[in-house]
Amino acid sequence: MDVAGEATGTVPRVREALEGLEHVWLAPRDGLPAISVARSVLGDVLARLKQRAGFESMTFITGVDRLPAVPRFELVHQLWSLAHDDRVRVHTRLADGESAPSCVALWPGAAYMERECYDMFGITFDGHADLKRLLMPDDYGHHPLRKDFPHQGIEPDRLYREWDRNRRSHWKPRETAP
Amino acid sequence: MTLETFEFVRETPPLGEGDDPLHGETMELNMGPQHPATHGVLRVKIELDGETMRKIEPVVGYLHRGKEKSCESLGWAKFFPHTDRLDYVQPLMNNVAYALALERLAGLVVPERGQVIRVLLMELSRIAAHLIYLGTTAIDLGAVTMFFNTFKERENIYTILDAYTGHRMNNTYVRIGGVFADVDETVEGLVREFLERLPAEIDDWEKLLTGNRIWYDRNRDVGVLTKEQALAWALTGPNLRGSGVEHDLRKTQPYSGYERYEFEVPVGTVGDCYDRYLVRVEEMRQSVRIAHQTLGHLQSTRGGEFLAEDRRYVLPPKDRVHTSMEELIFQFKIVTDLRLPSGEAYHAVESSKGELGFYVASNGTSQPLRCHIRAPGLMNVQAIPLLAEGRLLSDMVAIIGSLDFVMGEVDR
Repeated sequence: MDVAGEATGTVPRVREALEGLEHVWLAPRDGLPAISVARSVLGDVLARLKQRAGFESMTFITGVDRLPAVPRFELVHQLWSLAHDDRVRVHTRLADGESAPSCVALWPGAAYMERECYDMFGITFDGHADLKRLLMPDDYGHHPLRKDFPHQGIEPDRLYREWDRNRRSHWKPRETAP
Repeated sequence: MTLETFEFVRETPPLGEGDDPLHGETMELNMGPQHPATHGVLRVKIELDGETMRKIEPVVGYLHRGKEKSCESLGWAKFFPHTDRLDYVQPLMNNVAYALALERLAGLVVPERGQVIRVLLMELSRIAAHLIYLGTTAIDLGAVTMFFNTFKERENIYTILDAYTGHRMNNTYVRIGGVFADVDETVEGLVREFLERLPAEIDDWEKLLTGNRIWYDRNRDVGVLTKEQALAWALTGPNLRGSGVEHDLRKTQPYSGYERYEFEVPVGTVGDCYDRYLVRVEEMRQSVRIAHQTLGHLQSTRGGEFLAEDRRYVLPPKDRVHTSMEELIFQFKIVTDLRLPSGEAYHAVESSKGELGFYVASNGTSQPLRCHIRAPGLMNVQAIPLLAEGRLLSDMVAIIGSLDFVMGEVDR
């Protein structure tokens, strides 16, 4: 894993690709080149990283809920380039209810990652053709990885109760012979 | 390294659009979630036109247990047993991947012997996982004998892990800073015996499958994946290498001292199910090669430390806990209140399914802020419609088998 992105050319390449777009370099503990951008330029940043800097593959998209902080959510995209064999991470802060631009048009593999992010945090993505829940049931009313979702769950037996109620409403006592 | 392959002469042309007598009316078929060929609780909604699949939608989540949320409630160290249950055919690989991410966040260096033992465990796990792939894919395509052959060898790996860890499955033997216990000579002997026998077994299996006309026809030119598609759809590991991309995290971004081992990276040419099969078979041979080299390193590091000495993250040895007040305090602190430095870290390993990564974020307290599991299996499931749409229903089984995923990891 390249630790000093400056030496291998990742940082200059990304800086050149993002010329004119505001971004702040971060210093994460794993030494990976990481930038922080505003939500308004995120779509442009991702498009340029793919087209100009050659990041052909999206490794993961996920959220981090830093609840007492404002804005609340942090959206993390991590990209990988085969040709240069390096990675870059893009952090974006989002308030509750704010949406992010979808990048499925750039990387079709991001479709499930964005669906998972929506499912777990309730972050919506503009331009995603099929944004629905991925892991939780379709009619599940909560976003479980939010910090205000309790660890023991909310009504964990809801589906069973509904099934049981449904079963009982159709149940008729057997007619006994007179 | 390009694999040697060959071509049968095709006698019948593939079925065209106009030749299909059942063309015109579509029906929806529900494959799974309880279907033996979906390798777990995967459900695939298929719109069928005759026998041609027009539209495919995988539905996942039937095995979702909220592992990432569990990590937040349990704390860093107590999440180790849960990583076993992700890709449950290779628990030790998941342990190592998680431990490496935490070590990168903590800035901890694992002693050499600990790294060698980890490499041995990872390569045994890789062989075990590829044996599952080979056995289940073959039984789905009608070669029932293969299933028994591969499971017989898997049993030997279980025997080795049983002798080392005391468990057959769900071992949880990796810790932050190294491994729980040292490998003794009995285990080394079992490993050596196993490694000496396995290559001949693999040759035997190849005689059954590689040149087999049925196996060839069911796999060749089925589910062709180009290099560009594989990258854009975030596929990694053997699926990416089958499409001709020579990329292996063990070579390009070495971890646990993989730069010291000699091995080659097999690469396919066409990118179909047959190439992915060849890649995995060759990977097993290369894993045997690496495991042989770890035995040499184990001999040269005999008696060395296998667990880092850092009392902020690593438990002290039990005998010292019983005699020293200081070590008792350390033990109490680590069990009840293990804190990692504030910040983020990502570490990925080359698992048998692809790039298995952990993105961990800490705010300096004992409660993890976030632990995201980058599961390669989820991306493999996502690629099913890409490979299978427009093909015959019977190809679905070959494609699901060749993409190789385990639902425990997909659903988490």
